[in-house]
Amino acid sequence: MKLRIVVTLKNGVLDQQGKAIEHALAGLGFSGVDQVRAGKVFELDVADGTSDAQIDEMCRKLLANTVIENYRVEKAA
Amino acid sequence: MKTAVIVFPGSNCDRDLAVALEEVTGKRPDMVWHGETELPDRLGLIALPGGFSYGDYLRSGAMAARSPVMRAVVDAAGRGVPVLGVCNGFQVLTEAGLLPGALMRNAGLDFVCRDVALTVENSQSLFTSRYRSGETLSVPVAHHDGNFFADDETLDRLEGEGRVAFRYGEAVNGSARSIAGILNAEGNVLGMMPHPERKIEAAHGGTDGRRLFEGLLEAVA
Repeated sequence: MKLRIVVTLKNGVLDQQGKAIEHALAGLGFSGVDQVRAGKVFELDVADGTSDAQIDEMCRKLLANTVIENYRVEKAA
Repeated sequence: MKTAVIVFPGSNCDRDLAVALEEVTGKRPDMVWHGETELPDRLGLIALPGGFSYGDYLRSGAMAARSPVMRAVVDAAGRGVPVLGVCNGFQVLTEAGLLPGALMRNAGLDFVCRDVALTVENSQSLFTSRYRSGETLSVPVAHHDGNFFADDETLDRLEGEGRVAFRYGEAVNGSARSIAGILNAEGNVLGMMPHPERKIEAAHGGTDGRRLFEGLLEAVA
């Protein structure tokens, strides 16, 4: 089973890198770009039958730092 | 006092810490590799050094916090053994859940490497008894991810319980409430971004870091 796990900073956590990217886009002449948030994407191939609870545990124990980050799990059809 | 320095792949201040500990305690610390599952007995201090453990893969300190030796460090901390994390060591302690909050990319995104003014907030702890509250020290920092973050509730609790050990006396990295070092609830775990082990001898340009180790030695020995 292929998974795509998207990790982003929580709302309210200032994203310094996102801010810098936003400024760089403005510097390249792209106007009207707002609220850029940088994040991470993990692609995993897990054994069929891996439970949602196990996937959730992988995210909480390692892939995301839940003090500052949210995660979202997408399963490939 | 017996001490141990944990060495992760990518640690680069392990020797600095070892030299400082030997200088102050008179005994060479045990250097413990990250793959070990047991620590030496009767340690007066476990020190987690600065550096770039595991190349800062995933998040600074994240991989190191899950290495085998950290289970032993968490157990020892739970039994009251003093634990000091400096720089990357602080990042490892937050990732391991021994300290609250997280250390994020510096505001301004620069790697900051210079002496900074550091204010002693709590001089009653195991690590800070040789300092005076409100005293300003000069201690070097060298980090990219030292921007301390915690939610307001956690920050209020840290301040209310006297768990902010050190605060920056100047703008350094954007840390919430200028926090540079914090203690756990029990007071036996300290994480700090500045490097006290780099201000031990006059030849370092100052000795403001030395009293941290001397105070601990006095308290533990």
